[in-house]
Amino acid sequence: MNKYSVHIHGWLLLLPAAALLALFTHFPAVATLYHSFFSNPRKGREAAWVGLENYRVMIDDPVFWQSFANNLWFALGTIPLSIALALLMAVWVNGRIAGKAFLRIAFFTPTVLPMIAVANIWLFFYTPQYGLLEQLTSLAGLPSHNWLGSRDTALACLVVVTIWKEAGFFMIFYLAALQGMSPNLAEAAAIEGAGRWYFFRRVTFPLLMPTTLFVLVNAVINSFRLVDHIVVMTRGGPDNVTSLLLYYIYDVGFKFWDLAYASALTMVLLALLGLLAIGQFVFLDKRTHYQ
Amino acid sequence: MLGKRVTQCFVAVLAALALGSAQAQTEISFYYPVAVGGPITKIIDGYAADFEKDNPGIKVKPIYSGTYQESIVKALTAHKSGTPPVTSVLLSTDMYTLIDEDAIVAFDDVATSAEDKAWIKSFYPAFMANSQTGGKTWGIPFQRSTIVLYWNKELFKEAGLDPNRAPANWKEMLEYAQKLTKRDASGNTVQWGVQVPSSGFPYWLFQGFTTTNGVELMNATGTETHYDHPAVIEALQFWVDLSRKDKVMAPGVIEWGTTPKDFFEKKAAMIWTTTGNLTNVKNNAKFDFGVAMLPANKRRGSPTGGGNFSIYKKSTPAQQQAALKFIKWVTSPERAAQWGMDTGYVAVRPDAWETPKMKDYVKGFPVAAVARDQLQYSVAELSTHENQRVTKVLNDGLQAALTGAKTPEQAMKDAQREAERILRPYKK
Amino acid sequence: MNAAYRHDGYAHALETLGAWVLALLWIAPLIYAFWTAFHPPEFSTRFALSAPLTLVNFVNAWNAAPFARYFVNTIALVTMVLVGQLVICTLAAYAFARFAFFGRDLMFMLVLVQLMIMPDVMIVENYRTMNALGILDSIPAIGLPYIASAFGIFLLRQTFKTIPKELDEAARVEGASALQVLWKVYVPLARPTYLAYALVSVSYHWNNFLWPIIVTNSVSSRPLTVGLQIFSSTDQGIDWSIITAATLMTSAPLLLGFLLFQRQFVQSFMRAGIR
Repeated sequence: MNKYSVHIHGWLLLLPAAALLALFTHFPAVATLYHSFFSNPRKGREAAWVGLENYRVMIDDPVFWQSFANNLWFALGTIPLSIALALLMAVWVNGRIAGKAFLRIAFFTPTVLPMIAVANIWLFFYTPQYGLLEQLTSLAGLPSHNWLGSRDTALACLVVVTIWKEAGFFMIFYLAALQGMSPNLAEAAAIEGAGRWYFFRRVTFPLLMPTTLFVLVNAVINSFRLVDHIVVMTRGGPDNVTSLLLYYIYDVGFKFWDLAYASALTMVLLALLGLLAIGQFVFLDKRTHYQ
Repeated sequence: MLGKRVTQCFVAVLAALALGSAQAQTEISFYYPVAVGGPITKIIDGYAADFEKDNPGIKVKPIYSGTYQESIVKALTAHKSGTPPVTSVLLSTDMYTLIDEDAIVAFDDVATSAEDKAWIKSFYPAFMANSQTGGKTWGIPFQRSTIVLYWNKELFKEAGLDPNRAPANWKEMLEYAQKLTKRDASGNTVQWGVQVPSSGFPYWLFQGFTTTNGVELMNATGTETHYDHPAVIEALQFWVDLSRKDKVMAPGVIEWGTTPKDFFEKKAAMIWTTTGNLTNVKNNAKFDFGVAMLPANKRRGSPTGGGNFSIYKKSTPAQQQAALKFIKWVTSPERAAQWGMDTGYVAVRPDAWETPKMKDYVKGFPVAAVARDQLQYSVAELSTHENQRVTKVLNDGLQAALTGAKTPEQAMKDAQREAERILRPYKK
Repeated sequence: MNAAYRHDGYAHALETLGAWVLALLWIAPLIYAFWTAFHPPEFSTRFALSAPLTLVNFVNAWNAAPFARYFVNTIALVTMVLVGQLVICTLAAYAFARFAFFGRDLMFMLVLVQLMIMPDVMIVENYRTMNALGILDSIPAIGLPYIASAFGIFLLRQTFKTIPKELDEAARVEGASALQVLWKVYVPLARPTYLAYALVSVSYHWNNFLWPIIVTNSVSSRPLTVGLQIFSSTDQGIDWSIITAATLMTSAPLLLGFLLFQRQFVQSFMRAGIR
């Protein structure tokens, strides 16, 4: 191979992917910024440069701030719990446990079911008085509660649905990692008399770190991306307590047809994801596993 | 004026030529939102096929565009990208949005003959309130509804009430509801007296309170809202009190989608919902039920709701004429009657109720006529410029009050301030 | 957890119980779907053993929307996306793994950007793009933004890097071109990764909802998920019997696929080294 062919080959191979990524990821990111400085075209009025006007509107927009705060709570609720549950599930189905095959299937099923449809089933679970949850709580003698219709429980209900949907998917990654681990380690540790929890904390968990990071990236993205269940279950209500950023962008962009303001909102989401990405790259760089 | 007349004649001649000219096919794409359950698409497909049989030059292509909400999105999307449908059924409240986007034509400009003009006048005036503005007709009523009260006769009997008499006014509804609310030994409610859903589009149900309280939520040109009118606040106070003070309605925001089921499960003795649910309730309620007009306060009343036909500006004159022909065909008295019987929507014109088939139907199932009788008291559904935004502001305020985050007064004042801000560009 | 730690007696029993409770919770929606779909509507909220079985919900669901067409669309979409992803990501991953070309690290960072900024959050701008390209309301419009997948490139690059360079060099000595080496050496050895990735991709796009609903208008391009949505927002409220029947109907291919291949599925994840 001559001196240049490695460059030419490399670039040629990369070209199709690079072109598509540029068209659907990098260009839109820049274009979003550009469009966020314009007004929304209406009948007889072309889009005009308005500078930071859309951002000024945003700062005064209580629904935006609420969606922003909701999204942070949503992330805080879904990320740690879904990862912890995924790990627990993986450890269970990796060991010797009765009905392992069934457990695996049960944990993973939510991944293959369409959210748009199962959200309706969850709606039944949460229905006051005769919903599944209420049938159970009333057996325990607890008072009835309007789960999705109250400010204090609506978002938590959606967090539960999200964890249910995600955990099994993340479990697969942990399970694959656990199965790749040498059983000798555990045997050696057992002979040394190390306790099971001690072994998990000092050996298994550190070895799973790359998986945890990978799953974490996915969980973070999902917490800003999943809105299907909101469309079905609450439409952002009651009074916006379940409105997430992407859902609000969808509302503004495709219901109010204010694409300019939607662009400004998208910028906030992009900036947020960008910050998280930088944080993770810095973190990932310390991990040689990916290099 | 004369110039316009001439153009119209010219257009009509052109259209006639286009239609007549040996099998020149005119295709009309037709956006139809599936808003009711059941094999509704079969009925619409059937209409298209029958119409094509009667009119060989025209092809009707129904496009099932999803929910109302989505369909307006789709129609505007398509309009902006240059290929709108020729006709569509969309929420009547989307009228201003469609006008502001310059997407549709007024029927007066397409339906120009004397016969056409008479046809436009043949619908219930209550339905035309949401179809006309600025002296022009922008929509033709098709699947229209109002809110009515359904009550469970068995539960009425158990509570010692006359099973054949619905509450006539607010006060009675509250009294009945108090008798109908049942609690178990530990104080948990097992059956609510009354249920007015508040998820998704609470503004519509709220109009059931404001209208009967003698106040309208907006002006006739869609540029002003009256959210903070004292009578509006009073109406909201009554609604909020039903759950928070009188404890005869479940607290918090009540899901629209589960309300009929709550009724079937006897968890709610009286419910407010659309007349479009009549067929559903008839098929699924395992008890004797009644249907009544909404209880009055200062007056009777209910908002209308549902979908209108419109014709799109970017279509060719020939397509517009073909669409008009289809709309006239599908809203003929016999078909309007059949459509009402099949779906539970209110047949949109008085003469549909005079057809023999409809008369038989009403004789066997008298509650079907309740919605019709309520029409004389009905008002237009909330609809303004920037409709989605202006109604969302109200929805948020209503849910804030119902969940106890704001007082009714605060919620409505905030909503009004936001609505004024949004509507400022439309005030002249 | 491991063979060495399996005799914990009491604690083990407790854990087994915990696992089963969790599993039942996790599968409850599916069990509910089966119950409700096969029984008349009045049994959708109460669970009596005497309830008669019926298939009428499936008939109603099938008739409520043009599901046959939606199935065709979804299959076309999933196939298009998957084939596109496999080809394009393979080429790019190969470049990153084995060619020290100018600007490689920068380009890799640029690719990874998409890991965070997924097409799902670019709905507004991608909608404009599709409009400008004139392909709104088409199956390619749904799939295109996802084809150059950072996840796929990343995954395949990891796998390709684990393949010994000696194999590559041996093939080169025999005169194989870069693409031939890719096809003959790398692709076969990366099969588990392909399988794992394919399953993730298929289940993702089979169930994707928000973007398809934005970018499509008509029956000829809409996927199953959009068809499912009509059941959730009707004037008449929710009919769980029909929804559950439609859910089972539309996810049956994925569910069956997973049930049949779940062992291979986990193994391929393991061998793919996704961790």
